Amino acid sequence: MKPQRSLEIGTGLFVLLGFAALVFLTTQLPGSGMRVGAEQGYRVLAKFDNVGDLKPGAPVSMSGVRVGRVEAIRFDPTDYRAEVTLRIERQYDRIPDDSDASIQTQGLLGGKYVGIGAGGSETFLADGGRIDFTQSAIVLESLVNKFFANFADKGGAKAAPEQEEKTP
Amino acid sequence: MIAETLSRVGRVGLFLVRVLRQAPAALARPRAVVHQVYNAGARSLVIIMLSGLFVGMVLGLQGFDLLQRFGSEDALGIAAALGLLKELGPVVTALLFAGRAGTSLTSEIGLMRATDQLTAMEIMAVDPLRKVVAPRFLGGVIAMPLLVAVFNVVGLFGAQLIGVQVMGVDPGAFWSQMQGAVELDDVNEGIVKSLCFGVACSLVAVYEGYHAAPTAEGVGLATTRTVVISSVLTLLIDYILTAAFLGR
Amino acid sequence: MSDAVVRVRDLHYGFGSRAIFAGVDLEAHRGRVTAVMGPSGTGKTTLLRLITGQVAPASGSVEVFGQEVTRLDTAGIYALRKRMGMLFQNGALLTDLSVFENVAFPVREHARLPEPVLRQLVLTKLHAVGLRGAADLMPPELSGGMARRVALARAIVMDPELLIYDEPFVGLDPVSMGVVVRLIRALNDALGITSIVVSHDVRELASIAHHSYLLSGGKVVAHGTPAELDASPLPVVRQFMSGEADGPVPFHYPAPDYHADLLGGRPRT
Repeated sequence: MKPQRSLEIGTGLFVLLGFAALVFLTTQLPGSGMRVGAEQGYRVLAKFDNVGDLKPGAPVSMSGVRVGRVEAIRFDPTDYRAEVTLRIERQYDRIPDDSDASIQTQGLLGGKYVGIGAGGSETFLADGGRIDFTQSAIVLESLVNKFFANFADKGGAKAAPEQEEKTP
Repeated sequence: MIAETLSRVGRVGLFLVRVLRQAPAALARPRAVVHQVYNAGARSLVIIMLSGLFVGMVLGLQGFDLLQRFGSEDALGIAAALGLLKELGPVVTALLFAGRAGTSLTSEIGLMRATDQLTAMEIMAVDPLRKVVAPRFLGGVIAMPLLVAVFNVVGLFGAQLIGVQVMGVDPGAFWSQMQGAVELDDVNEGIVKSLCFGVACSLVAVYEGYHAAPTAEGVGLATTRTVVISSVLTLLIDYILTAAFLGR
Repeated sequence: MSDAVVRVRDLHYGFGSRAIFAGVDLEAHRGRVTAVMGPSGTGKTTLLRLITGQVAPASGSVEVFGQEVTRLDTAGIYALRKRMGMLFQNGALLTDLSVFENVAFPVREHARLPEPVLRQLVLTKLHAVGLRGAADLMPPELSGGMARRVALARAIVMDPELLIYDEPFVGLDPVSMGVVVRLIRALNDALGITSIVVSHDVRELASIAHHSYLLSGGKVVAHGTPAELDASPLPVVRQFMSGEADGPVPFHYPAPDYHADLLGGRPRT
């Protein structure tokens, strides 16, 4: 019965491992919810009119260097804006409190990230602090629409009649 | 030629029906099935994990090189996850399964055929389809999706290792973009594929073993056929399923 | 002849175009040892496959325990097989089970016995073949003779009414052979089992068989007690019983004329 026992344990381990992998794949890959370990650092809030397809976990960077990541995104029903929680690493504790945050795109087709531009204040952001100056995500479609709208206004209607029809 | 192929497909199909009819009886005594899950699954684990790691690392390198040209190396997570979930995970695992577990199933059953063990069971009024074939078939079918899942997780780890640790892709971007782009449907596609491959590879392996010529040479030939047929069948089914999923 | 356990009538069977049996008649009687002899390649093993319902004949009838095997469905054949035991040439032990589990296998499959009862039953049967001490060995650790005796214990564990032996003497040393010969007759006498032994070992069969059939060319060419066969004037029987190289069973496979062939009068095809 000894070999039978170890065989059953081996099978049990294998099945357990397989199911753990399956659960990981089905719950952790799609959608949000992934936490890479316990985050260190302090929280800063910023409100945006439009976050585009910014996702929790996206990087937060200053001058191209990553200083933290997006922890959560929620919709604030009182002022109809998106409230983004940024988790900034503790070592970057000298970010001026009048800095601005903007949502930017990596490369042409890459994902969104939050860029912070340093302000000139002598006081710094601390845990629970707010960034008041924000610039929303540039939504490519509205940019294109705007461009064609301008184009049509300037008398280009005969050149791009189809696009004009699509413009609301 | 066409008639021969058709009748062969028909024979395998009928065999599947006969095996499935014995499946409830085989499941009623689960110890044999557990044994076969161990044989087909647990014993393939090391080769699956090693292969998964390397496939993932290659994906990390190639994906990074490709995406860098578009300045979108942060999308590496998406590329690796979708590549593994939808294609490489199920297909490479099925091919390895055919070589590792499939051959051992075929030669084991073939040897039982060659040494009259299957006939002896029949004479003892024990159906070898229930006692020998069905547990092995079910063991393979159960083991395959689990192996694929393990392969995918290890592969993701490998891609992450190369992409994030070596190439310097931001880990947050790697995971967040992946989570943003991967849908539950993508995961399901991989699971459906792995189930189909599990049925196909296990069926071919037990069929070839059961119908092997009862000689050493016959068993050897059957083992070779298992690898060839399983591999081609896997790729064929993969194309059909991919087309079906994209067509939805 | 109401005590015939197996009755074969006008049996025809062939592989493709090659006829193996062309009208075989044969009977095995209750409590008797019936021997089926014949040169290699006469389909002796095929005859056993027909009796056990593994293959169906082209025509003719095979009756076992009064039931027509050719007309039974799978369930019927399985029910029939529970009443028989068969010993294969190489034993056909299940290689992944111990000797004990091999003998216990049919019991575990067909009956739910409490473990102590099963153990007693299996050890009794192993004792009968003299291998109680080998209960914990695995099949690869057994010699050819031992494997065959274990297979014999397995064949009798369900107390069959009919025991079929396929070439039980092949490849055994003289001592093992003597053991198996004695066992066959002892089991037959002690348990009242009907036995069919297929073999071409004339001398061994002569010592245990009540009745012998000699197959050749797809037909029964002679049958009777060993003594009757020994005294038979038929050349085929004479050749087989005394083991002459050439005779009605030709030494040479059919071939063109030797001299013509050697002189290369004709290209080989």
